[in-house]
Amino acid sequence: MLSFLQAPRQAVSSYFEGGITQDQIANLLKAIGLPVLGFLCFLLLWQFAANNIVTSLGNFPGPSEVTTQFQTLVAEHKEERANVAKKYERQKVRNEKKLAKNPDAKVKWRTYKSRTTFFDQILTSLWTVLCGFLVASFIAIPLGIIIGLSANIYSAINPIIQTLKPVSPLAWLPLVTMVVSAVYVSDNPSVSKSFLVSMITVSLCSLWPTLINTAVGVAAVPKDLVNVSQVLRLNWLTHVYKIVIPSAIPMIFTGLRLSIGIAWMVLIAAEMLAQNPGLGKFVWDEFQNGSSNSLGRIMVAILVIGFIGFLLDRIILLIQRVVSWDKSSVIR
Amino acid sequence: MSFLEISQASIEFPTPKGPFKALDNVNLHIKQGEFVSLIGHSGCGKSTVLNIIAGLYQATEGGVILEGKEVNEPGPERAVVFQNHSLLPWLSAYQNVELAVKQVFKKTKTKQEMKDWIEHNLELVHMEHAMHKRPDEISGGMKQRVGIARALAMQPKVLLMDEPFGALDALTRAHLQDSVMEIQEKLGNTIIMITHDVDEAVLLSDRIVMMTNGPAATIGEILTIDLERPRDRLALADDKQYNDYRTEVLRFLYEKQRKVEPISNAQKKSNIDKKSQVA
Ligand SMILES: Nc1ncnc2c1ncn2[C@@H]1O[C@H](COP(=O)(O)OP(=O)(O)OP(=O)(O)O)[C@@H](O)[C@H]1O
Ligand SMILES: [Mg+2]
Repeated sequence: MLSFLQAPRQAVSSYFEGGITQDQIANLLKAIGLPVLGFLCFLLLWQFAANNIVTSLGNFPGPSEVTTQFQTLVAEHKEERANVAKKYERQKVRNEKKLAKNPDAKVKWRTYKSRTTFFDQILTSLWTVLCGFLVASFIAIPLGIIIGLSANIYSAINPIIQTLKPVSPLAWLPLVTMVVSAVYVSDNPSVSKSFLVSMITVSLCSLWPTLINTAVGVAAVPKDLVNVSQVLRLNWLTHVYKIVIPSAIPMIFTGLRLSIGIAWMVLIAAEMLAQNPGLGKFVWDEFQNGSSNSLGRIMVAILVIGFIGFLLDRIILLIQRVVSWDKSSVIR
Repeated sequence: MSFLEISQASIEFPTPKGPFKALDNVNLHIKQGEFVSLIGHSGCGKSTVLNIIAGLYQATEGGVILEGKEVNEPGPERAVVFQNHSLLPWLSAYQNVELAVKQVFKKTKTKQEMKDWIEHNLELVHMEHAMHKRPDEISGGMKQRVGIARALAMQPKVLLMDEPFGALDALTRAHLQDSVMEIQEKLGNTIIMITHDVDEAVLLSDRIVMMTNGPAATIGEILTIDLERPRDRLALADDKQYNDYRTEVLRFLYEKQRKVEPISNAQKKSNIDKKSQVA
């Protein structure tokens, strides 16, 4: 084991001609080695647990089973796309033949829909969560600023916020569904109702952390900076833009990160419950399906959901790094 | 009528235990171009006086009149140098001054003129070399310089400074004191400065305003410092008159306004004692 660690160390240090100290290499190994080690342990435990859990649908899926299922899902996706492409190809040939025979002939150009694959569901979910999160942020940040700036408005609104905040998405869902059905009547809808329902539910649930954190961040603008603003007689907008927002930016991002996490969790739950297209529906369908592959496929979905959640968080963090003046406030 | 007039100013702060009268009947007349120091024990109400002049606090009774007009809100003609610099941490030194300059001169100066003016003020406090650094990249003394540059750049009628050098080491403090004297000599600003430091007060001021202890603090004595300018700290160290002034202030603080304090505050006071001996 040690010699395995030593070998690359020597190689690397000779390469850099002593430009990197042994300490740095140790740090590097720590930074990469420890997570890898953790991951390996996790796989082992998982495999062990899987072997020991037997369900009505067979063994609980272990890592290898999940990998297989993932490959199957990729293959299904490719096949589906190929099928559709083939259909279009056939249609083209057919119509060209017709036109060659008779240039005035009426030809039909039909559109073929592919069956929704796992990857289509991922995209649907991503798009929904993005829209829901953006809507939530566009409401929560300005509202949070207004609430944070005025102690009176804060006192007036705080009880409402605290009451609505803990409401589970599942409780909103029926209401949102009914309201959308009643209000959103259009012969030629540009977006589907299910999308709207999911999106609004996501917004309603993920609004609160951003709202509260923004308000707290704004209220905590140091008194001295407020005094500076008053001495300069900055008008309201300049005050908000030059003093309040920069000062509250770290808190706003803390809120946004919490919100995106909640948004993603809520979305999956809403999709499962309402049978709205997306990863949640995929999981539910597989559960209902109950084939021997189902558990494996659900496990794939779970890992993908987790990984996407992680990525979403990292993306917000990345944006914070770019936007925030205070690089030290960007943590983990 | 004098340039700046504080007349019968009293202030009460609402507290959970009922109103707290911090200042009672403060009267002070200040001439244009005068350098006045406020000195007094911690918590007596010096900052409160300054904040009333700045317009950040409203006197409950009486008030402040600047050039015949009553002061009732903050404004750039009464620029403040805050105790802890209060620079916006997300802006560079230049941008901090720029924010003030843009606000004050947006109608009267062109872009180029503003730029020159910002740079001129930063040069005045010898900060031209670090203009584009952010507050967290410069030292405490430098931050305080930028704070002064920002205030000066507003071309205020009165410059208010709340313990501007309080948090600095003795050497840096001496430097900045010299800078301020130099600038005032050049520009003839009217300056009101709060200080804990007796030497600083005597060295810089035309008059030292000594405040009684709170609550309901007011002005105890006013000492006129008749030392010729420019003043040189080394030459003055052995100056009889200088030392007499110094003794007089110390006597006011530690004999006439001796603070009878609970133990918890005694520590703080002994620190102050030490400071004025060392400095
Ligand atoms: N906003 C406020 N609300 C209630 N009380 C206040 C307020 N501001 C000041 N005080 C009280 O008024 C008194 C004077 O305070 P002030 O800050 O003016 O003292 P100071 O002389 O500047 O002290 P230091 O030298 O420590 O800065 C103190 O007893 C303080 O507790
Ligand atoms: Mg004070």
